[in-house]
Amino acid sequence: MRKLIFGLFIAALPALGLAAGASVPLDHIETDHTNKESLQRGAALFTNYCMGCHSMEYARYKRVSDDLEIPAELFEENLIFTGAKIGELMKNSMNKDMAADWFGAPPPDLTLETRLRGESWVYSYLRGFYQDDSRPLGVNNVVYANVGMPHVMVDLQGLCAVEPSIGVDASVEPLSGNINNGDVCPEYAIEGSMSAAEFDQAMYDLTNFMSYMADPIRVERERLGMFVLIFVAIFFIFAYLLNREYWKDVH
Amino acid sequence: MQKLLHWVDERLPVIDAWNKHVGKYYAPKNFNMWYFFGSLAMLVLVNQLITGIWLTMSYNPSAEGAFASVEYIMRDVEWGWLLRYLHSTGASAFFVVVYLHMFRGLMYGSYQKPRELIWIFGMLIYLVLMAEAFMGYLLPWGQMSYWGAQVIVNLFGAIPVIGEDLSLWIRGDYLVSGITLNRFFALHVVALPIVLLGLVVLHILALHEVGSNNPDGIDIKKNKDENGIPKDGIPFHPYYTVHDLLGVGVFFFIFFIVVFFFPEMGGLFLEKPNFEPANPLKTPEHIAPVWYFTPFYAMLRAVTVDLFGLSAKFWGVVVMGAAIAILFVLPWLDRSPVRSMRYKGVLSKIALAIFVVSFVVLGYLGLVPATEGRTMVAQILTVLYFLYFILMPFYTRMEKTKPVPERVTG
Repeated sequence: MRKLIFGLFIAALPALGLAAGASVPLDHIETDHTNKESLQRGAALFTNYCMGCHSMEYARYKRVSDDLEIPAELFEENLIFTGAKIGELMKNSMNKDMAADWFGAPPPDLTLETRLRGESWVYSYLRGFYQDDSRPLGVNNVVYANVGMPHVMVDLQGLCAVEPSIGVDASVEPLSGNINNGDVCPEYAIEGSMSAAEFDQAMYDLTNFMSYMADPIRVERERLGMFVLIFVAIFFIFAYLLNREYWKDVH
Repeated sequence: MQKLLHWVDERLPVIDAWNKHVGKYYAPKNFNMWYFFGSLAMLVLVNQLITGIWLTMSYNPSAEGAFASVEYIMRDVEWGWLLRYLHSTGASAFFVVVYLHMFRGLMYGSYQKPRELIWIFGMLIYLVLMAEAFMGYLLPWGQMSYWGAQVIVNLFGAIPVIGEDLSLWIRGDYLVSGITLNRFFALHVVALPIVLLGLVVLHILALHEVGSNNPDGIDIKKNKDENGIPKDGIPFHPYYTVHDLLGVGVFFFIFFIVVFFFPEMGGLFLEKPNFEPANPLKTPEHIAPVWYFTPFYAMLRAVTVDLFGLSAKFWGVVVMGAAIAILFVLPWLDRSPVRSMRYKGVLSKIALAIFVVSFVVLGYLGLVPATEGRTMVAQILTVLYFLYFILMPFYTRMEKTKPVPERVTG
């Protein structure tokens, strides 16, 4: 019987090859919502560089200020640029119709972007811009081909002259000790103010922040989950003993 | 207290009802772990009803507000995230336990005489559950909600002559819109739950009329003691109430691991494209239904030939419908003199194994994009799925069965 089932599985195996879609290689990261410094730096980057065009309209400033332990006054002074009150949703003032004219499509809301596309995708995308004069804005992206978005952080990263090598692991050359692919871009058309390592860290912080925004309850949820599981385990012990007591006399 | 009970009982037969369905309902003493899934299905049903009621309090059933209100529940409503994850995980858990419950029925012949009606009520529950899940899936108004509903409702369009009008009537619009969302909401939260609860009551009433089957497929009522109590029976309460608590414990442990640590279940329970609001102008690259529908979806896609001047799509719908419909007549397809797989012959065992493998692999194929090779495998498996039923009258009669013992074997 077992052999038969096993045989059938083997026969069906060729059909089980994983979907090999046209996916782009990505640099993988693990986000950490307990790293408040990283999230705070990410929040600063997001409000300064992204929020002019991209809203986070399902989230409220106040929640960010509370969760990230940024005092409300400081937050209002430095991270809210629209004159919104701290209890309001994180909208921006860009007119969607006009934005569609400027970029081809209105910039999407980013509250849930990391859950939609994945954290590693966002991290790779942010580091994937390069110079491409055939495009209307002069830039293209290796992760998102022919993207309509300009390279907003060009003053930080600089502009890569060739396609950056995203999704290629860094490796150490055994003879020279040089690190290959420590910098995804071998040649810059415009120099930025940050080193490659600094920019990678900044984009990690930004992605980390976006990941927190997409799922702000994650840390609390997992903390509570541990207690719930411990409770269920203890419940099971009592249920087991109760059951054994009653079933003693069933033969 | 005793007086109050007496007062009520004179006017409403509560003690009678308790005894008939719980206190003196004699169930076979040899239930194994497969018998947990019925009570677990009830547990999940209660979970869905309670979390559903509370979600309704903050949900906004309009095309403009639905997506934002779900995020409002996730962020601004106290414990809203927990209510929603309990409900979304509960939907998948419902199908997990129902599929296992149905498999138990197949394995031990629980559909055989005199339990045909129990089986049919059960199948109706399954059918309503699918409608309930399908309509509930539109409510978050994400991309996959929208396009999933679009694809499924369009299937009705494949029916000749009346098809187009029928799908228009279901949608209430020329494409899935806020109007569709509103009626799906009404059906999901009011109409279908009422039907579902009614069917569950009928399912249980019919069960308690004829008594539970057991892993040996023996009729325990044939062997009664001097008081008229089945020798192999024990009262449902307290024996199976405390016993089911064990199942509840194990189930909750797994269920809460998903709820608290993997609520998306890697995109199986909450699909990634659903984190983007519905956009009627942008079709997703790959539209797949939620995992519990995928076996039937794979069968639908497996039909690729036009026949008798009717489109392949139409025949796909027919095959999909037949795959569910054929389950209803199962009690009359099984001609075996014994109920349980324990005493059936080798042919029945092989057939059941092939059936399970086809169903599971079809489920996988329905999740991934179709390729030529995969479609061919899906075609073979669809045929195998139907052969399980069509050949059942023959192999159950041909094979040599083992003798069934007088008393249950534990």
